[in-house]
Amino acid sequence: MSGTLVDENPTDGVPRPEGQVRTKRIITEIPSAVDRRFNIITMGAGISVLVLLLLVGLFLLIQSSEALGETGIFTFLTRTEWRTDVQPPRIGVLGLLTGTVLVALVAIVIAVPFSVFCALAITDYSTAKRRKWMVGVVDLLAAVPSLLFGLWGFLYLSDKIVPISRWLSQNFGFIPLFKTESDASLTGSIFIAGIVVALMVLPIITSVVREVFSQTPPGEKEAALALGGTRWGMIRTVVFPFGKGGIIGGSMLGLGRALGETIAVALLLPQVPQKIGESIHILQNGGATVSGFIANRAGADSFTTSGLLAAGLVLFIITLGTNMIASVVVSNSRSGAGVDI
Amino acid sequence: MTDIQTNDVDEDDIIDTPEQAASVSNAMSSKVEIIGGPPVGASTLEARDACAWFGERLVLEGVNLTMPKGKVTALIGPSGCGKSTFLRLLNRMHELIPGAALDGEIRLDGEDIYATGTRAQQIRMRIGMVFQKPNPFPAMSIQENVLAGLKLARLKCDDKDLLVEQSLIRAGLWKEVRDRLDSPGGALSGGQQQRLCIARSLAVHPNVLLMDEPCSALDPTSTRRVEETIDELRDIVTVVIVTHNMQQAQRVSDFCAFFLAEENQPGFVVEHGETDFIFSTPRDSRTLDYVQGRFG
Repeated sequence: MSGTLVDENPTDGVPRPEGQVRTKRIITEIPSAVDRRFNIITMGAGISVLVLLLLVGLFLLIQSSEALGETGIFTFLTRTEWRTDVQPPRIGVLGLLTGTVLVALVAIVIAVPFSVFCALAITDYSTAKRRKWMVGVVDLLAAVPSLLFGLWGFLYLSDKIVPISRWLSQNFGFIPLFKTESDASLTGSIFIAGIVVALMVLPIITSVVREVFSQTPPGEKEAALALGGTRWGMIRTVVFPFGKGGIIGGSMLGLGRALGETIAVALLLPQVPQKIGESIHILQNGGATVSGFIANRAGADSFTTSGLLAAGLVLFIITLGTNMIASVVVSNSRSGAGVDI
Repeated sequence: MTDIQTNDVDEDDIIDTPEQAASVSNAMSSKVEIIGGPPVGASTLEARDACAWFGERLVLEGVNLTMPKGKVTALIGPSGCGKSTFLRLLNRMHELIPGAALDGEIRLDGEDIYATGTRAQQIRMRIGMVFQKPNPFPAMSIQENVLAGLKLARLKCDDKDLLVEQSLIRAGLWKEVRDRLDSPGGALSGGQQQRLCIARSLAVHPNVLLMDEPCSALDPTSTRRVEETIDELRDIVTVVIVTHNMQQAQRVSDFCAFFLAEENQPGFVVEHGETDFIFSTPRDSRTLDYVQGRFG
């Protein structure tokens, strides 16, 4: 420092001459050997997941080409029948997809409100101690093997749901979906399968929604309470709008799970593909889902296996799409920016 | 709060057309009735031997303080001396913190706000609060933000547009936002957001307005606007403001209370009285040291 504070060549406030272009300096960084090695390992792990996903897709595509080639992609997608006892075999995935989507929708319709209230109970209506305890219980529910859910649904729950199904069909039978045929059995229905699947997707939806709710800015919650709002009023004005993206994303993630749910559905449904033209009865015995159907028929001749894998490919694409949309919705929402799903 | 927007035009720079000026004075002369809202006018708030705990820790002890009707009372003191805790005692926000407890009484126009059978929502509707960090509801429009209190407390009002206008005029924000009442509250600058929060609190016509360091996140221009707002509120609402800024306390308040806490001891009021007196000839030497910036 020289003794004077006056700049000898002042440039402050002097405009730059026109036409003079600034160039950016290039910053060089030499990573250490440790960082480089670590980088290779982590990138390798990340890329291998992607490769695995592609390989699964490729495997399905190759294996299903026989059935798809013979049937034709469009026919396969739009046909509801699945008959391998005739020559040539007549197979199609639409009947299975209908069942899959219906089971998943029933599951989501039941599980989402349940999960949202469960998440609220944890984040906004509990003491710290109870919160911990409830989070543990919900996580435990996720740890129950799906086979047990299926068995429990099949052996126990099914009979208990029948009166509810009957009541629904008697009182809401005017809705075509809730109609039942007079002589039909009410066990083994899409409705019952949906309820069991709802229990299975409940933990995942709850945990996403809980995570999002818990990130609600405390300042906004206090603002709502300080204005004379009740706790419920606060939740409606602050927590729900904030967590909207998380609720939607969590539901779609649950939907993805519900679409692929196998064992429980294989046990519960008779695995008869839904026929188009016939009306759909979710309350009575009947229905099939892609994954349940595959589980039931696995190990058949090569053409059937190829057909089943083609159905699997369709499911793969649908669940992948659902999950991708879910993660986009969650991370684009204001609340979900910091939530991993 | 990121305060990077540069559209925070000073309201004084916006020149009203004669029609606009007339409409403002028109709006302020009419009265909006809020059905089911607080009784009309400012209230006296009184703390009697108020104590507060967080868990087993006593953080505030034996506060006796009267905050007179229609006056501005400033709570000053170093950090951690219980000013904010005391402020939150005054409208029952204290009890929202797990493990929080209290003793003594807080009286609103003579009635204990913690009396059995008195609902916290009712009290918070009468005693509004502005927080340190501006906290408008970001997804709501400016207009919806102002009316949020009505919705939350389930109150009805005969002229919502007029109420929005009046509240925003009182908060000194009207001129800046009158053309964009439908744009989201979160898009305003930090200073504007804080004034929106003041407008939101005023819209339910509270008897008391508590302010917890309302300017600590604001730039000097916005701070001046908020101080002017406080000055204009004087007659219609009792104001209690926590501030770390001595000049601010001196500028805006009529009365002043000096809080202090010794190490690991609960906070208490060293002395209180008229602001001029506290800042010129306080009885306690610690007060003089503090207001003259010798510690804290």
